Amino acid sequence: MTEGDSHAVAMPRPRSLWRDGLLWTTLAFAALVLIMPRSKAVFAALFPWLDRPLYEQNSLPDLVVAHLAIVGASSMAAIAIGVAAGVFVTRPAGAEFRGVTETIATIGQTFPPVAVLALAVPITGFGSDPAIIALIVYGLLPVLQNTIAGLVAVPESVRESARAMGMTSGEILRRVELPLAAPVILAGVRVSVIINVGTATIASTVGAKTLGLPIIVGLNGSNIAYVIQGAVLVALLGVVLDMAFERLVEVLRRRRAD
Amino acid sequence: MVRNRVLLVLVMAGLLAALGLAYLTHAPNRLVSGEPIALLAAARGADLLALIPAIVLLLGPFLPQRPTVHVLIAISAAMLLVALFWVAGAQAALLADARAPAARTSLGAAFWTLFACAALALIDAGQRLALPAVAGSLIGFAVASAIAVLAVVGALDHLSIAKEYANRRDVFADAVMRHMVIVVAALAPTLALGFPLGVIANRRQAFAAGLFPFLNIVQTIPSIALFAMLIAPLSGLASIFPGLAALGISGIGLFPAVLALILYSLLPIVRNVAEGLAAVSPAAVDAARGMGMTRWQIFRRVELPLALPVILSGLRVTTVQAIGLTAVAALIGAGGLGAIMFQGLFANALDLVVLGAVPVIVLAVSADTLLRLLTAYAEGRPG
Repeated sequence: MTEGDSHAVAMPRPRSLWRDGLLWTTLAFAALVLIMPRSKAVFAALFPWLDRPLYEQNSLPDLVVAHLAIVGASSMAAIAIGVAAGVFVTRPAGAEFRGVTETIATIGQTFPPVAVLALAVPITGFGSDPAIIALIVYGLLPVLQNTIAGLVAVPESVRESARAMGMTSGEILRRVELPLAAPVILAGVRVSVIINVGTATIASTVGAKTLGLPIIVGLNGSNIAYVIQGAVLVALLGVVLDMAFERLVEVLRRRRAD
Repeated sequence: MVRNRVLLVLVMAGLLAALGLAYLTHAPNRLVSGEPIALLAAARGADLLALIPAIVLLLGPFLPQRPTVHVLIAISAAMLLVALFWVAGAQAALLADARAPAARTSLGAAFWTLFACAALALIDAGQRLALPAVAGSLIGFAVASAIAVLAVVGALDHLSIAKEYANRRDVFADAVMRHMVIVVAALAPTLALGFPLGVIANRRQAFAAGLFPFLNIVQTIPSIALFAMLIAPLSGLASIFPGLAALGISGIGLFPAVLALILYSLLPIVRNVAEGLAAVSPAAVDAARGMGMTRWQIFRRVELPLALPVILSGLRVTTVQAIGLTAVAALIGAGGLGAIMFQGLFANALDLVVLGAVPVIVLAVSADTLLRLLTAYAEGRPG
C-alpha cells in the first residue's frame, strides 16, 4: 500500500517478468489449485495418522470459482450501491442525508464482519444468502465512505471552471468529479474486497460453499491436512487479489501521468 | 410541508416495517420457526403509552427546524429505543404460558428495523444540534443503561435471548471475560513490540520499506486462514519440545489465537506510531532543541504528546479489529463469545447466535467510542 516515488511514474517502466510478484503469486495459486488434488501421496506422507489426508468432498477449482463468485457478486452490488449513495449525498438534493450516511458508514465498520455474518442467518436462513447479504452490507461501507471522501475532496475551483466551460452537472460528475475521486474510491473498493474474501471464508460456517469449507471441515474433524489445504489457498487468494488491486492503482496512475 | 427529509425517510421505513414485518415471532420450541406477531397486535393498553414518542417522531418531519424541535425529537427517539424493548418484553410475558416452558418469543425484523430507524433519528437530531462527540456518547450510554435496567428488573425475561442467557448465565459471563482476556493478551505485546517498531520505522527509511510490505500482506490473509496455518507448526513444536506444551503452547486454543492477533494488530499500531511521529512539525522539534532539550526529552515531551492522537487512533482501529478477530478465533478453540455464536450456528440455535454476536458488536462499538473520546481528549490538550 506504499505510494511509489512520484518521479518514476511518468516514465513507462518495462517490468521484468522475473520480478513480477503478481504474475508469480497468481501462477503459484493456480498451480496449487490444480496440483493439490493430485498430491494425496504427499499429504499421506506428511500426516501418516490421518485416514483421509486429502480434502475430496468438493473439487478445489469448484470451491475457488464459488468463492470468487460470492465475493464478485457481492462486491459488484456493494460498489454499485456504495458509489450511488456516495454520489447522492454529495449532490445538493441529497446533502441533508450526508451526516447520517457518514455515521452509518463509520459505526457500521466497527461491527465485526463475522458478527454481521452470523446475524444475517436468523433473517435469511443458512446457505449462500446470509453470506451474500452480509458481504454486500459490510462491503458497501468502505466504498461509500471513500466515495464521499473522494468527491468532497474535489476542489471547488475545478468544479467552477468545468461549469464555466459549459458542462452540465451530470457531465461534471462523470468527466471531472468521479475521475478525480477514482483513486480514493478504488482504495475503498480494495478494502471492501479484501475484507469480503475473508468473510466469505468464514461464511462456510453458515453453509456457503467457499474455500473456507476444507478449513471448517478439518477443524471440526481434527483433520489438520484439510485445514492446511484450505488455509494455504485462501491466504494466497487474498494476497493475489490485493496485489491485483495494487497493479490496478499503478496502471491508473500511469495512465493519468501520460 | 416537509421540513426534515431524513426523518421523513426514517419514519416511512419504520412505518412500513411496523405494518409489514413481524415485530415478534412466537414458536412452541426453538427448533421450529415461529408465528409472526405484528407491532399493533403486540402493543396493547399501557404498552401503547410507551409508544407515544413514536407519534412525536411521526410529526417530526413537518415541524419547523428549530433547536427545541431537534431536542424534542432526540428525546422521543431515545425514549422510543427503550420503549421498543419494553413493548417486546411485555408482549412476550403475555404470550408466555407456564405449561409450555419451551415456547420461544424472539425479536422480529420489524423490531430491528424500528430500532435502527429510531437510532438514526437520534443521530440525525444530534447532528442538527451539532452536539459534541462526548454528548453523543453520553446519550448512547444513557439509552444502553435504560435498556440494561429493563433487563435487570426482569421486564425482558420472557424474550428468547433472555431465556437463552438465563440458561447459560455462567457460560456467558466466562465467555465475555475470556473474550476480553484474549484481546488484552494480544494488545499488550502488540503495543510493547509495535511502539518501538513504529519509532524505528519513523527514523530509518530502509527499515520501514522492509517492514510495511510484510505487515500489509498479513492484513490481506483471511483471519481464519492465518489461525489455521499456525496450528500445524505450533503443534509440531509442542510435540518436539514437550516443555513448550507445558507452558501452554500448542496448535489449538489460546496461544495460536493470541499469536495471530498480534500479527494482525501490529500494522495499525506501527503505521500510526510512524505516521504520528512523521507529522510532528520540524519547527516544534527545532524549538525544543533550541531550548536545550536532550533527544530523549524532545521525544518524551514534544514528539510523543504531539503524535499521541494519531497513535491512539491506531490503537482504536486495532482494538476494534482484535475484538472481531477474537470471535473468529473460537473456531480454533480459543473460546470467548465466538464460541457461543458458532455453537449456535452449528446447532441451528439462532437465539444462541444472537446471544454470541450482539455482545461482540456491543464490545466493538463500546471500545471504539471510548478510544474516540480518549483521542479527542488527547487532541484537545497536546502536551
